[in-house]
Amino acid sequence: MSKLKLATVWLDGCSGCHMSFLDMDERLLELAEIVDVVYSPIVDAKEYPDEVDIALVEGAVSSEDDERKIRKIRAHTKMLVAMGDCAITGNVPSMRNPIGPEAILNRAYIENTSAQPQIPSVVVPKLLRTVRPIQEYVKVDAYLPGCPPSADTFHTALTAFINGGPLDVSALTRFGA
Amino acid sequence: MSVEADVKTLIIDEQEVSARAGQTILQVARENDIYIPTLCHLDGLSDVGACRLCLIEIKGGNKLVPACVATVQEGMEVSTDTERLRKHRRTILELLFAERNHICSVCVSNGHCELQTLAQEQGVTHVRFPYRNPNLPVDASHERFTADHNRCILCTRCVRVCAEIEGAHVWDVMGRGINSMIITDLHEDWGASSCTRCGKCVQVCPTGALFDKSKIGSDHPKYPDFLPYLNLMREAQ
Repeated sequence: MSKLKLATVWLDGCSGCHMSFLDMDERLLELAEIVDVVYSPIVDAKEYPDEVDIALVEGAVSSEDDERKIRKIRAHTKMLVAMGDCAITGNVPSMRNPIGPEAILNRAYIENTSAQPQIPSVVVPKLLRTVRPIQEYVKVDAYLPGCPPSADTFHTALTAFINGGPLDVSALTRFGA
Repeated sequence: MSVEADVKTLIIDEQEVSARAGQTILQVARENDIYIPTLCHLDGLSDVGACRLCLIEIKGGNKLVPACVATVQEGMEVSTDTERLRKHRRTILELLFAERNHICSVCVSNGHCELQTLAQEQGVTHVRFPYRNPNLPVDASHERFTADHNRCILCTRCVRVCAEIEGAHVWDVMGRGINSMIITDLHEDWGASSCTRCGKCVQVCPTGALFDKSKIGSDHPKYPDFLPYLNLMREAQ
């Protein structure tokens, strides 16, 4: 049997979900027996593959780049999993929503900068007006709330996803967990 | 002299129970260990039926009824845990999350919040409605407490405890519908209000909307259990 293709994606989040994923420790070795990590911040793949079985998406949609990525991921993924509170609720990144991106950029790049204060306009993607959870852009197949979801949550959930077994997410984790 | 009790018999979730006339369905359910989720209800305060989480079905009626304010009737058949009710309860919780800025991970009440706990218990893993992200004030003018309107769900427990138990009626509700806000006095800063600094509102607040400044992080459990005892002791006097 060929291995399942697993991707993990990092949009607007702190990477804490990925850290927690890695906290599965030796269980990662068992996981590596049955899945290939085909795209992830921790592997050297530049392009999202054409066919992915399971994608774990960390982070909210905050920039035009995030929006492009999440649409592409959806188009090439069988099962899209929203991983952690940023992907599901907007969480900390969404705290800029009531005041808008201009105020945030000004504080970061003008007010608190002494040398050549300027708002970056090239290379970095343009921020969207508001930070949104990924389910507002694409269909999401499963939700794993938590900030971050625990390593045990990842292990139990991934085992269920891979084997197609039942999963009671609320018994494992919650918003802010 | 003996007082004849007016006893009503009814059925809750296929269980025959008896109650005194005038009791609410919620009271009777709790006496019989039948769980109905609540949020704005608090033992020791009057009931207002604001949050709608305790909605129940009564056989023969099409309308859903809040158990905290509906009184028992002879022969009524009540269902507290149908798929329809579970669906409504999840929707209500999702709407509460979408209405203001509930960022659980950085909230002072993370791990001690009734809204968060109910969401987990009712199986809310995400919110299907777009978040409104309103720009709301945080009133830190009080020397001991803070009011963070981002976390307020307008349950009005603070309003009721201040008026009914403390007798000060500093808290009230301003505005209508989605623009409603809890305010102190006539919308003055909490610190400049006629607040007696008793802290009851903080203890009864189900979320991180009202909190004690001396608490940080998630070290902020609330203890509203004093209310029924306080009422009991006052009645005894």
